[in-house]
Amino acid sequence: MSGAFDPVTTWIVIIGLGVGSYCLRFVFLGLVGDRAMPEWVLRHLRYTAVAILPALVAPLILWPDATGGELDPARLSAAAATVGVGLVTRNVFAAVGAGAATLYGMLYLLG
Amino acid sequence: MTSTTTKSAFWRGFRDGAPFVLVVAPFAMLFGVLATEAGLSVLETLLFSVAVVAGAAQFTALQLLVENAPTAIILASALAVNLRMAMYSASLTPHLGGTPLWQRAIAAYFLVDQSYACSIAQYEKDTRMTQAQKVAYFFGTVAPVCPMWYVFTLVGALVGNQIPPEWALDFAVPITFLALTVPMLRTAAHVVAALVAIAVAIMANGMPFNLALIIAGVVGMMAGAQTELWLRARGRWI
Repeated sequence: MSGAFDPVTTWIVIIGLGVGSYCLRFVFLGLVGDRAMPEWVLRHLRYTAVAILPALVAPLILWPDATGGELDPARLSAAAATVGVGLVTRNVFAAVGAGAATLYGMLYLLG
Repeated sequence: MTSTTTKSAFWRGFRDGAPFVLVVAPFAMLFGVLATEAGLSVLETLLFSVAVVAGAAQFTALQLLVENAPTAIILASALAVNLRMAMYSASLTPHLGGTPLWQRAIAAYFLVDQSYACSIAQYEKDTRMTQAQKVAYFFGTVAPVCPMWYVFTLVGALVGNQIPPEWALDFAVPITFLALTVPMLRTAAHVVAALVAIAVAIMANGMPFNLALIIAGVVGMMAGAQTELWLRARGRWI
């Protein structure tokens, strides 16, 4: 990563993101409390994590910064190993371990 | 475990949360390294982790800061990544909604992937827990995880430039997120949501300021919700 940016912007982002994240965490627990929520809202919220997280990592896997955006066999294999082991074991730690081992193994083999 | 005291519920949560330190520590350290590398001071980096307590959102914001994206876009993108916290909040409300407001206010700050995942699993497993035990369990899962998030952010910020690029730490983020997401793919609707979001994210990748992420997320959520409705209508929902 490189680039110089305005420190004021940095602070606005830190404070804004802190306050905004807190509001997201508090909104239902704090304001809804014991009341029920509409089913269609809950139905969409159920899929937030599985939609946002893969959408976030897909470009990082296909076009990694570290290779200047070039498709990288080591990183692709590592991602595949992570998903594969995760699907089979349903275990976060096993999946991370498989991904890391594949990444380092491939980086070593490909020099 | 019907007669667990409040205290033992806390320690049970602590034990269940403790293994996550293995994931959280390197992740926090990576944030510390990348943030200082991008030009943030050690203090700014640490306060970032204390204020936000959410790796994915912090990495997103940092990436966009480096790209000199407009402030509004940075906040919108990072908060979109954190929208899942609202889902967690909603999901825990039936369990913790009846506790005093001050406890919910503190719990909200500590609502992270790990504390949510441990707690909801435990609440569904042991349906006879009291509100007090549920709150104690929640804070138990937080106790090992969140302090390590701050500490290792600081460690990363301090050792920063001494980590060689051959360690390929850049890829710790995709691997950790993939590993966290895969076990969440419990139904066909979850799988559809993920695949649609990935497809949209790839197709929309050229869009400025990470708008692709927000669009992909929303379209993915809609695809998941529609698939669920479709499966329910055919009586094939679990």
